[in-house]
Amino acid sequence: MNQIENKQRRHIRKGKLPHFFCPGCGCGQVLNFFLRAVDELNLDLNKIVTIGGVGCTARIPIYLNTDSLHGVHGRTLGWATGIKMHRPDLKVVIFAGDGDLISIGGNHFIQAARRNLDVVVIMVNNFNFAMTGGQVAPTTPHDSITMTTPYGSGEYSFDACKLAITAGASYVSRWSTYKPIQTIKSIKKVLQHRGFSLIEILSQCPTNFGRYALKTDDPKKVLNWINERSISIAQSKRLTEAEKAEKFIIGEFINVEKDIFEGSTVYKERYK
Amino acid sequence: MFVEKGAIKKRVHSGVHFMIGNYAVVEGGLAAGCNFFAGYPITPANEISERMSQRLPAVGGKFVQGEDELCSIYAVIGASLAGAKAMTATASAGFNYMQEGIGYASAVEAPCVIVDVQRCRGENFATQADVMQMRWGASGDYEIICLAPSSAQELFDYTIRAFNLAEEFRNPVIIMSETTIALIRERVEIPLPEKIPVFNRKYTNLSTEEYIPFRGREKGVPDFAPLGEGYNTLYTLNFHDERGNIDWNPEIYDKLYQRITGKIRENKDKICNTESYLMDDAKIAIIAYGSEVRPALDAIEMARNSHMKVGLLKLTTVWPVPERQIQEVAKQVKGVIAAEMNIGKYAGEIERLCAGQCRVIRATKNRGLIHSPEEIYKAIKEVWS
Repeated sequence: MNQIENKQRRHIRKGKLPHFFCPGCGCGQVLNFFLRAVDELNLDLNKIVTIGGVGCTARIPIYLNTDSLHGVHGRTLGWATGIKMHRPDLKVVIFAGDGDLISIGGNHFIQAARRNLDVVVIMVNNFNFAMTGGQVAPTTPHDSITMTTPYGSGEYSFDACKLAITAGASYVSRWSTYKPIQTIKSIKKVLQHRGFSLIEILSQCPTNFGRYALKTDDPKKVLNWINERSISIAQSKRLTEAEKAEKFIIGEFINVEKDIFEGSTVYKERYK
Repeated sequence: MFVEKGAIKKRVHSGVHFMIGNYAVVEGGLAAGCNFFAGYPITPANEISERMSQRLPAVGGKFVQGEDELCSIYAVIGASLAGAKAMTATASAGFNYMQEGIGYASAVEAPCVIVDVQRCRGENFATQADVMQMRWGASGDYEIICLAPSSAQELFDYTIRAFNLAEEFRNPVIIMSETTIALIRERVEIPLPEKIPVFNRKYTNLSTEEYIPFRGREKGVPDFAPLGEGYNTLYTLNFHDERGNIDWNPEIYDKLYQRITGKIRENKDKICNTESYLMDDAKIAIIAYGSEVRPALDAIEMARNSHMKVGLLKLTTVWPVPERQIQEVAKQVKGVIAAEMNIGKYAGEIERLCAGQCRVIRATKNRGLIHSPEEIYKAIKEVWS
């Protein structure tokens, strides 16, 4: 039987497959979504620099046939700042987990959004620190059991999209691996957007979050858990704040144009 | 010195200036071709960022004030990998934060220049207490190049050398500045641009198919490939083979780090510089670096006036250790004085190299003040008697 070749396979670094993601993990899907968006837009991957920090999601760039930076936890936006300042012609795409981006990298995230640094941030939110074995993260729902909250999490989770909007990002959306069509569409949008853009992709981690918090290692069940809690922006408007706290609001929150960051001070003739 | 009218677009301000040390660093960086700077405010390094923010954008470079030292060091590395000559400046407390980035820059061989204006804990007094952190601050195996200027003029000169060494060896280079020289105001002579030696990194002339990103070439240093041209290099901290692929193989790990550290170790003679004063007939040598050289020279004058044959070995490169030069001095003299402004750190290196050859006296001082010539003179008398 002839195996059907994934068209996007040509964008994968030679000899890198099979990948190291757990069976049922959403990271492989996100990798696929990204490459489909690139192909549908007919973009040249050589002109895209991909960046990953540390974590499961951060491993996505190492499979991509692009110039890539990888391997330091939380500093993806620092690298991106330097690259964009010297080579504004290159598109920079960051793949970051929730821990990488809004735990250890939280301040970089706020400040890069505030500056409207021209960078695409794809945040895969799997609700926990998965690479390290399933510890509590800033995104873990309140009272969840994780490896470091055996009696339930005493912390409240926070909303990366709200944070990005408040900080000054010019494009923000949230989708999930349950919604591939919408996610790909959104990735296509940000690849053409100029300015700080964040897509949060809610994703299943059956190995850790599933087993500890949801008591299931079935990816399908974890995915359903995400989907059952997902509501549209329109639906969310009919809910009280307390009701909303239990839900994941998905959709496009903001899409505006504004000046991008070109340095903390830009030389102007009149000051000479 | 603010920039004179009409000169703002000039990269190299040739001529003789009366200039603060921190400004000399900026002018040295610009003369060497620096076109990216990122830094976070910290005293006593602020004049570097301030002047960079004024000078760099006017000559076509980019300036970023990072939200912290981490953003700054990684922005510097990102810009460097994108092809810029990049630099940052900080002071001791900020230098702590930058260690992580220095480790990454060493692992992916990103040239960059880091200025650490050493200060005492939280206060801006004189010290050389970070001398070991320059070398050993980051986790993992690596080698560092660290230069120790002792005047505003040397801050200018050594910054140029720092950029050249960084580009030549694809390695972070640290300029070990100090409160003393950073805030001193002295004569700085800036040569004509054509008299300034500038080294630019080597880019590969191989095709995207033939290029192997981490294969050591000349002096063990790999050639660069530009971003965005299809070379598709993976710059990862994790251990990687010559092609940049993450590989969990002990043989590959060993080979990678033997090369990365070897390119500095094996080119020591090219990197390590020292200067000798009155060493020809010396029976005692002071070995000093940075601003400690200044009281040492005064003390030598006092000693020579009292007919004590004392000379100075000035370490302009602190890391890698100029082993050969120190050993030669140890063979020649009967005693060495290791002078430094800390509780005694580099003295250990000097003792190691002088062992079995001559005695070593530590002249250390860590109270926020530079040695007085009299204090070093006292140490000379102790060794002489």
